[in-house]
Amino acid sequence: MVQSAIKQKNNDPAVRIDAEGLLTRELNLKLREVVSNGAQKIEIRNVYGQRYIGTDLDKPVEIEIFGTPGNDLGAFMDGPRIIIRGNAQDGCGNTMNSGEIVIHGHAGDITGLSARGGKIFVRDGVGYRVGIHMKEYGDQKPVLVVGHTAQDFLGEYMAGGILILLGLNLKEGEKHRASYIGTGMHGGVIYLRGDVDDFQLGKEVGIAELDGGDYVNLELFVGEFADHFGYDAKGILKHKFIKLFPLYLRPYGRLYAY
Amino acid sequence: MKTYMPSKFIVERDSARCIQCQVCVNQCSFDVNYYDAADGEVRSREQNCVACHRCVVFCPTDALTIKNNPLDYRENYNWRPEIIEDIIKQAETGGVLLTGMGNDKGQRIYWDHLLLNASQVTNPSIDPLREPMELVTYLGRKPDKVELERGTLKLKTKLAPQVKLEVPVMFAAMSYGAVSLNVHESLARAATASGTLWNTGEGGLHTNLYKYGNNTIVQVASGRFGVHSEYLNAGRIVEIKIGQGAKPGIGGHLPGEKVSAEVALTRMIPRGTDALSPFPHHDIYSIEDLVQLIYALKEATNYTKPISVKIAAVHNSAAIASGMVRAGADIIALDGIRGSTGAAPKVIRDNVGIPIELALAAVDTRLRQEGIRNQASVIISGGIRNSGDVAKAIALGADAVYIGTAALMALGCTCCQQCHTGKCAWGICTSDLALTKRINPEIGARRLTNLLRGWSIEIKDILGGMGINALESLRGNRLALRGVGLTDTELEILGVKMAGS
Repeated sequence: MVQSAIKQKNNDPAVRIDAEGLLTRELNLKLREVVSNGAQKIEIRNVYGQRYIGTDLDKPVEIEIFGTPGNDLGAFMDGPRIIIRGNAQDGCGNTMNSGEIVIHGHAGDITGLSARGGKIFVRDGVGYRVGIHMKEYGDQKPVLVVGHTAQDFLGEYMAGGILILLGLNLKEGEKHRASYIGTGMHGGVIYLRGDVDDFQLGKEVGIAELDGGDYVNLELFVGEFADHFGYDAKGILKHKFIKLFPLYLRPYGRLYAY
Repeated sequence: MKTYMPSKFIVERDSARCIQCQVCVNQCSFDVNYYDAADGEVRSREQNCVACHRCVVFCPTDALTIKNNPLDYRENYNWRPEIIEDIIKQAETGGVLLTGMGNDKGQRIYWDHLLLNASQVTNPSIDPLREPMELVTYLGRKPDKVELERGTLKLKTKLAPQVKLEVPVMFAAMSYGAVSLNVHESLARAATASGTLWNTGEGGLHTNLYKYGNNTIVQVASGRFGVHSEYLNAGRIVEIKIGQGAKPGIGGHLPGEKVSAEVALTRMIPRGTDALSPFPHHDIYSIEDLVQLIYALKEATNYTKPISVKIAAVHNSAAIASGMVRAGADIIALDGIRGSTGAAPKVIRDNVGIPIELALAAVDTRLRQEGIRNQASVIISGGIRNSGDVAKAIALGADAVYIGTAALMALGCTCCQQCHTGKCAWGICTSDLALTKRINPEIGARRLTNLLRGWSIEIKDILGGMGINALESLRGNRLALRGVGLTDTELEILGVKMAGS
């Protein structure tokens, strides 16, 4: 397998790894070996909960995963593109720096926690505390697009990046279910397709109509989402979106007596 | 609103010495000294004075002195001036009282009640000036047993990553943003020169300082500021910060005033915003979750670096520490109630947590009882003031200590407790570029290196006096300690005997 990896070129078929019976550390060692031997496309089959896949990889390889990868998939990841034919568990894209994760299923809690860059596309829904403390600086801006909806504490303490919730599973008129959305938010933006009640929002979040720049963002990222999962982007974008933004640069600036 | 706060200090300017040169005006960052052009005289707004002594030190004619304002209140043991003034501040602002530096209250300092032993007659003491004396310490997980190859006597057991310290004193976590880049560079250079480590704190590492990586502990805290794979791989040790002795259990708000362009870049947050560190890590809600982050970091660094986990010393530290070791932590860092901070709510700093001496003794005892003490090194911090404290900490069971406040004092800090204002006149705890240049990293590094050199010689003297020639022989050796003025319960928890027994 290592030999074939060395010979592999862009158009060659992927290097295949069978993860059946492999421990987390064994699988990741194998991955590291294959990547350092120059593989550019890797296919991992029979993945049953092995953690940290892609965590220590910093090359722009493409990894396709069949099965259910474990927690912290792509944590601290810097460059790879990971496609999951299945569901992701908790901590997917945790503190990710760059790269892309495409999940043909749903993802668990703390997806994209503290992400600093890269893109995560989730076809279905995500769990609790998703996108907490995402950050951005200059061009480096993380993007998280979720097809269905999210649970509570979405985008809490958000300091940057773009979070898009499409609500494709919601019936006409049905609202998103998360509460405490954007508590302590002081940077970045959240777009919701569909509606929320005021009580669902953190106190530091404002609601606004979208402007031209917002539609540029949405067309770009919803377009990519639609390409990944075979949706019609125009159809999705026809629906009304709202934009959540931080009301204050210093949400807790008046908390203290000096 | 008119403030009812009286001045804390009086600035006395000896008019016979003052030459109206205005150095004090330029040095003061708290807007105390000013030049009255109409009268052609330097004067002081004493209500702003914090007694940082910057003007006193820099006055070329020694014309200045700062005194406590002798203003007396009617004596009242319960309603002391500090308590009255705290209420005044809150009545005028409606806010949480914020403060800098460590707990200044009178909770017992156990180091002062512990005394070290020395050799007399029955075994000779060793003069470190004429015989070698070993302070080397290795941090990291130690195996349960070691196996050697037959014949060659080479080590057969595969060791977990170990980090060598020439002196068991490291510089505590102080983040870029809380302190300035010049302070970071001073610490990094001094650590490199002294064969020890410094700690980035939670604000990331400025790219200029990556070259000191081999002497750097990189921290991962709840805000995950500046954490990426290059950063993790730059350091020698990766430390997960769960808690801090000055503010156990709570997060932190680095005031927006200190979030300059460079700090914003390193932390990846908007300039001028408060850098918000959440109370918990939102990916750690249990010991099992801690396992997950520890191993995520081990994976991210390909198992080449020890992972440290830092907690504040709290009531059940011993049980938590046991869980941390079993979770895979190679190093445990404990920070006691006197641990310092760039900003913390006063009510938390002064009331939450326990003294480090008790926490250390409890953790060391517990890990020994469970037979897992070798699996992690123990580092302590929170009020280590001198080499005597270091020696006592080692004897109580620590592998090494962190110093934060003492290191800043080497750079000029006088503990005026204004770190949270971002106006530090000594240029330490600020990101105001006009002030940060007051620290010259070369001079700063020299001052810090001098301090560690002095302490090293003193520790060697202490060891020599005991008739031992390696720090390892003192480590966890509580027979080298005796207590004075302590209750039976205190002695029992510390695991030391009463002096005289």
